[in-house]
Amino acid sequence: MEKLIEQFSFGLFFWQLLLFVALLFLLRKYAWKPILGAVEKREEGIKDALEAAEAAKKEMQNVTADSEKLLREARLERDALLKEAREIKDSIVSEAKEQAQVEGDKMIKKAQATIESEKKAAVADIKAQVANLSVEIAEKVIREELSDKGKQQKLVEDMLGDIKLN
Amino acid sequence: MRNSFFSKKLVAVIFLIAGFVSAQNHEGEEVETGAHDLKTQIKEYIDHHLLDSHDFNLYSYTTDEGEHKYIGFPLPVILWDNGLKVFSSSQLEHGEGVAEVDGNHYALYHNTIYKTDAQGTINFGSHHGDETHTEDAFGEDLVVEDAHPTNVKPLDFSITKNVVFIIAVSLLMFLVFRSMAKRYQKSTMPRGLGRFLEPLVLFVRDEIAIPNIGEHKYKKYMSYLLTVFFFVWVINLLGLTPLGVNVTNNIAVTFALAMITYLITTFTGNKNYWKHIFWMPGVPVPMKIILAPIELLGTFIKPFSLMIRLYANITAGHVVLMSIIGLMFIFKNWIGSPLSFLLAFALSLLELLVAALQAYIFTMLSALYFGMAVEEDHH
Repeated sequence: MEKLIEQFSFGLFFWQLLLFVALLFLLRKYAWKPILGAVEKREEGIKDALEAAEAAKKEMQNVTADSEKLLREARLERDALLKEAREIKDSIVSEAKEQAQVEGDKMIKKAQATIESEKKAAVADIKAQVANLSVEIAEKVIREELSDKGKQQKLVEDMLGDIKLN
Repeated sequence: MRNSFFSKKLVAVIFLIAGFVSAQNHEGEEVETGAHDLKTQIKEYIDHHLLDSHDFNLYSYTTDEGEHKYIGFPLPVILWDNGLKVFSSSQLEHGEGVAEVDGNHYALYHNTIYKTDAQGTINFGSHHGDETHTEDAFGEDLVVEDAHPTNVKPLDFSITKNVVFIIAVSLLMFLVFRSMAKRYQKSTMPRGLGRFLEPLVLFVRDEIAIPNIGEHKYKKYMSYLLTVFFFVWVINLLGLTPLGVNVTNNIAVTFALAMITYLITTFTGNKNYWKHIFWMPGVPVPMKIILAPIELLGTFIKPFSLMIRLYANITAGHVVLMSIIGLMFIFKNWIGSPLSFLLAFALSLLELLVAALQAYIFTMLSALYFGMAVEEDHH
């Protein structure tokens, strides 16, 4: 320790302090500030670029996700549309069938009714004709029968005889 | 004497080329001086090497005539002794001459400048009696080791070798980082040397400043942390070169650095920091009273430990490295030099790590203290 104090050179201390402080201020102004400033600027630039890249990546992912979502939605919509169309078709077909059935039934009923009425008319006609024919035949037979007096007499008697019997 | 001078020449050369030595050192029989002399010389050389110097010497040697020769150049000596006295250190002749300025005489003794008479007489304290020595830069006379000269010591603001290196490192750092900063104006990508330095700058910011000080407050400390990190690192590395410069093993240098850390901590400390020092929250009142002086002392101990740690680590590294190189001259057989070389080589690698590590630790602990100073109250 004594040796240290003895060795202590005030001149050297003075110069060291003076020169070092001068160096400190000179370097601070002309070197460290520009260097650290440039380095910081560059680091910020790199940081910004990285952040921008990250943002772009995220954007890209979003876009992809969006398009996928759109695609999925479109697919779903198409399926829904197809399904609906099928349903509509089915309902139309079944409706048409029903209608046809009803219409057919109606027509058949009408035809049957017509047939029935025709039949009735025909039967009635036939009945009338048969009646006419029967009357004509009966007229003719009666005329034939009653062409002479003897026969007329006999018939009247028979008839009278029948009534008596009754 | 002649033999010892010759070996001193070898020691000087070898220390400067930091271990790149072959077994050729053994060729001369001249090395066969007493082991005690050699050890003492090596010890002195190491001590001398660790000290600052008023000249810029690349190496020195002694001629056969016993004359010291120095290869290097003189530096300005600036003294404050009732006025500014400036002269060249060549006038001091490495402690062998007396410089005369404005009628005052100055001489160098043990790397310190004293005011002397025209003959350069150094007087010593009374405990050495009437013993009087003339100055000697190498302090070869061991009797005077613990003697304190009574001559007047003028305030010495000389541009010493260490100051030269502080200036050189400051200039180098300024130019390098300035050019690096300029490159960033053109593009935000680092180029050239910036590619190497930017990770270091980022290391200081991301591994030292932000974890210790916090995301929001680190910015105002960045200039100091970066400057001190690179300054200590570069100057530690220079200490490992054969230039033989040792800036950070001067207590004055580490004291100046630690003092700046202390001043920044003190002047940026917030209310919470001072509250924790003078009136520790969450403890009983008697404890608060006991803790206050301890905490206050702690604020001084923290930068003090910074100062000692850097100083001691670098000094120890130099002493051990040079001692191992010095072993070459003590082991006078074939195994000495290769062993010493290998050890010195391994230790040099370790010292490279220590140079960076100490810069890191100094910066890290400074950041830690700043972090304490600005920590918000979260009780």
